[in-house]
Amino acid sequence: MARIVVITSGKGGVGKTTTSAAVATGLALEGHKTAVVDFDVGLRNLDLIMGCERRVVYDFVNVINGDASLRQAMIKDKRTEGLYILPASQTRDKEALTQEGVEQVLQELSKDFDYIICDSPAGIERGALMASYFADEAIVVTNPEVSSVRDSDRMLGILASKTRRAEQGEDPIPAHLLITRYAPDRVDKGEMLSVEDVQEILSIQMLGVIPESQAVLNASNAGMPVVLDQESDAGQAYRDAVARFLGEERPHRFLTAQKKGIFGRLFKG
Amino acid sequence: MKGIFDYFRSQKPSSAQVAKERLQVIVARERSSRSGPDYLPALHRELLEVIRKYVQVDDEAVQMNLENQGNCEILEVNITLGDRQ
Repeated sequence: MARIVVITSGKGGVGKTTTSAAVATGLALEGHKTAVVDFDVGLRNLDLIMGCERRVVYDFVNVINGDASLRQAMIKDKRTEGLYILPASQTRDKEALTQEGVEQVLQELSKDFDYIICDSPAGIERGALMASYFADEAIVVTNPEVSSVRDSDRMLGILASKTRRAEQGEDPIPAHLLITRYAPDRVDKGEMLSVEDVQEILSIQMLGVIPESQAVLNASNAGMPVVLDQESDAGQAYRDAVARFLGEERPHRFLTAQKKGIFGRLFKG
Repeated sequence: MKGIFDYFRSQKPSSAQVAKERLQVIVARERSSRSGPDYLPALHRELLEVIRKYVQVDDEAVQMNLENQGNCEILEVNITLGDRQ
């Protein structure tokens, strides 16, 4: 039985797809067979971030409609062993993602995989609800910025009431907080909410903090999950987050601004 | 001199502080409306309609607050009729 993990946020553009790609790749690197599923019907992008956009033949909706088998639609990642991608459909028909269809696909994936990462679309419409409905666990991606934090809180409310587990009266699914685009120097200047501020408002368990980093754009330009860039701060922070997700205790890094002395400025630019 | 700078600094909270306070207020409000029963918005609307048969009031005139005290729920309804003209 696979563990189903939804990557969600409510607000768009905070790094859900980047995180889905990074977490899925990170789990596969740790030896867990992982499938990452794009639920953003109509606006597929996970394929681009994973660098497999030219290998998409069939998609999620094709599988639901029986036009293709899961085996035909799944794309095997070329870089990381044990990692597979199920791309979203480009259809404009949002109703295509039926609850029965999604359940069937997730059940079939559950037989073969250890983890299923569901990359949720933004908003609280059908795609987002379907991505979280069958989840066992959630990672809520939040930027230290007012609208993102508010939307994350809204999403936490939905996770607590609109998942299958909640509807069946079981314990609500555990939700982890992942703060992305964190800029410690701006926090020091009082220009950005701190990790403590965000955690205090949302009061959920902290999985990790990903610093604002040029490596993220570079990675998406190249179509390579940023977690594979182990030279970069963001890549290492994602690696830490995955380790914590798997139960390892690791101290949080990249939370303080790099102090640049006068020599640092002169010699490093 | 430092004292003066501190004085001016304390007058103006940082933008992050402002953000945090605004968020705490809105998140608390949205959480309480989320946990309330589904009929509250409809009740609010109908109460307004009844009142408007007699007095012209705006949407803010009816404030509702649901509280849990022990094992009973208390629905507090405040109706403000506005300035006397």
